[in-house]
Amino acid sequence: MSENVAPMSDAPAFDAPVSDAPEFDAPAFDAAVAEAFRAEWGKVVATLIGLTGDWDLAEECAQDAFAQAVRTWPRDGVPQRPGAWLTTVARNRALDRLRRRASESAKLAEAAVLAAAPTTTAQEISDDRLRLIFTCCHPALPLEAQVALTLRTLAGLTTAEIARAFLVTEPTMAKRLVRAKRKIRNAGIPYRVPPAHLLPERLSGALAVLYLLFNEGYAATAGSELIRRGLCARAIALAGALATLMPGEPEAMALLALMHLHNARRDSRLDASGDLITLEDQDRSRWDQAEIEAAVVLLDAVSGGVSSPGPYLVQAQIAACHATAPAAEKTDWDRIADLYLMLGRLVPSPVIELNRAVAVGMAQGPAAGLVIVDALTTSGALTGYYLLPATRADLQRRLGRNSEAAVSYQQALELAATGAERRYLARRLAEARR
Amino acid sequence: MKYMFLICVDGSIKLTEEQRAKAPGDGIAWATEMDGRGLRLDGNGLQPTCDATTVRVRSGEVLLADGPFAETKEHVAGFDLMDCADLDEAIEAAAKHPCAAFGAIEIRPLWQP
Repeated sequence: MSENVAPMSDAPAFDAPVSDAPEFDAPAFDAAVAEAFRAEWGKVVATLIGLTGDWDLAEECAQDAFAQAVRTWPRDGVPQRPGAWLTTVARNRALDRLRRRASESAKLAEAAVLAAAPTTTAQEISDDRLRLIFTCCHPALPLEAQVALTLRTLAGLTTAEIARAFLVTEPTMAKRLVRAKRKIRNAGIPYRVPPAHLLPERLSGALAVLYLLFNEGYAATAGSELIRRGLCARAIALAGALATLMPGEPEAMALLALMHLHNARRDSRLDASGDLITLEDQDRSRWDQAEIEAAVVLLDAVSGGVSSPGPYLVQAQIAACHATAPAAEKTDWDRIADLYLMLGRLVPSPVIELNRAVAVGMAQGPAAGLVIVDALTTSGALTGYYLLPATRADLQRRLGRNSEAAVSYQQALELAATGAERRYLARRLAEARR
Repeated sequence: MKYMFLICVDGSIKLTEEQRAKAPGDGIAWATEMDGRGLRLDGNGLQPTCDATTVRVRSGEVLLADGPFAETKEHVAGFDLMDCADLDEAIEAAAKHPCAAFGAIEIRPLWQP
């Protein structure tokens, strides 16, 4: 290998005390390691799982490789291709550990295979990453384990970080991860990209996990702002990787665009006291225009080549309508109502129908929206969901039927979960009673 | 990998006359296909749970109970011992089992030392 690859971990240089190192710019090296960690962790783990089939070994050796980078990069400089450096170190480490454990003949054979394996090519790394995504998101694993495993093995979050993000204790999260990895091994969950006949279903499962991750960071009521921003960034990075790895799958690219369109608006979602600001009242100057434009470019590229759009593409088109409207009153509500109709046909859901009611209420007037909401209320499908009475209340208020609106706001208030939602509704209720 | 398929059915479910008439033939067709693909090592239906005897040994004493290990509405009505490449192949085979359409197939990987 041409670049500066560290010797095996037992070499003397490995233990060289930091004080012997020449002077260096510590923050720059820390930043280089942090950047490599974000960009390369998933690739290194995926490659090691591909080579050894051992998830724990893969994680341990990836960790060792990064620890070695922290120690040697300040002394030797950041390698030209950090990813290849890290993969080689991790691979040597795995070889080392397998040899040390090699009392059993099976492990010895594994070590022999690993030693004989040619240097991993970029294509193989991509293949292993895809395999890892699909294995983490295998439907035989519980959804919460799919999410945790994706964050641990692909995004490199620590067990403690994942536990904090999902408000469980660290031992609980550790147990969840151990169980998931054990099931992968014991139940024979394959490490591969699903064959064509399974791909549509499995891809939509993987996309759903990534979107859930994003939403946990974007809309969740729990966790600190820092953790939530981190989750959004990881979800976007993973969706970007998946879209790049599967250029023939428009839904992957559409999900990436959808995440960016939401993310661009995140700073204007809440006011200073943490209360929800509705889309029409948000300060559009605080939306990230560069991120919106980039997402729209992505979206146009995808839309052009698709004859029958999938659910993420339609959702991204809806988000783009909102994000590109210069002012709330200039929103193309007709198109949004049409898109919700299309979305409802792809994935029938009363929540989508409720969103369509809002769009129709804006496009054709509150009375037309109220017809849809009343039908939903009668159907009973959304009983207990606070946005149903909240939407009815808004439409009634706009029709000037204030006493009816007050009753609906009161119902919504009784069902709303978070403080921010309740404060918003209480304000509206007070206005309706005025 | 070897998997045990536990064919679970809900005894309270009433099959239609047509389903009842078709069931044995469908089961044989499934077993024949799986045998032909080399996926099925063994398998059989079981007599009803009322014919089961459950044995426990406590303090050296053999205790017998009439009936199954757990009295539930759903019970194991048959088993198939399978040898599949991986869980995906096992899931595909289980999904084709005629009982999956009204009961459930529990896929249990065999213990491997």
